[in-house]
Amino acid sequence: MIDLADEEKAQRSALLVLGCPQVPVQTSIALYLIHRLSQAGITPVVAGNRSAITLLVVADPKRQYLGEALDLDRAIDQITEKKRDFDLCFVFIHNDAGVSYAATMGAISKARLYTIIYGEHYDQIAASIEFPCTNIAAKAVHNPMPLKKMLDEVAPWAA
Amino acid sequence: MGCIESLPYEVILRGASFKECRDHIRNHFKESIEVKPGFKIFDTHIIGVPPISVALDGDFVIFPFTKPCHGTFLLRVEDKAEADRLRKRK
Repeated sequence: MIDLADEEKAQRSALLVLGCPQVPVQTSIALYLIHRLSQAGITPVVAGNRSAITLLVVADPKRQYLGEALDLDRAIDQITEKKRDFDLCFVFIHNDAGVSYAATMGAISKARLYTIIYGEHYDQIAASIEFPCTNIAAKAVHNPMPLKKMLDEVAPWAA
Repeated sequence: MGCIESLPYEVILRGASFKECRDHIRNHFKESIEVKPGFKIFDTHIIGVPPISVALDGDFVIFPFTKPCHGTFLLRVEDKAEADRLRKRK
């Protein structure tokens, strides 16, 4: 017998908005988050530029973790034009552009918004965010473990 | 840059923060409007932290354009029809 709450959860979807892939932890944390969301019955969809998506595709050649992946501009077009939306949205941020993308997602999507903030200046970036969202932030550049720990503490897949 | 890339644009600020672009518009142009993120200019959805300032200078439209790896550019494009369309929003 399927519990109604579980059934509703199984139909949920999450958008992962990737930033510039120049900081190594992004790809690692994205794959980890995709895994945790999938395990929780939430369908993950990834949006990013060509390099960010290609890093994931090469790291997961059998697509055991990565499901749908689409161009970032196309994802924003679809959401803005009300053709598509998600229950959860995770925006990866390590620079000012990432903050702009997160603010945009907060304005155009009904999804519950999470920011995943990392890099050398993670604390300054986190302090600059004034729009409603849940910040998951850690000083992580090469080693993903501090950010993974913060993500596990918040456990957005269980919310 | 998608559709924007095909336009004859001039870069006023390159690799700037979003706030720097907004401050530049407010300090250097007399006529401006505010739009929400996702608003279309030149058939492209504008990315940014609201309120997003867009300047109008005669037939020129001055607006922020953000890409993940390159930060925010402040672009200036001459297009009378687009300037008129934006001016009507005021």
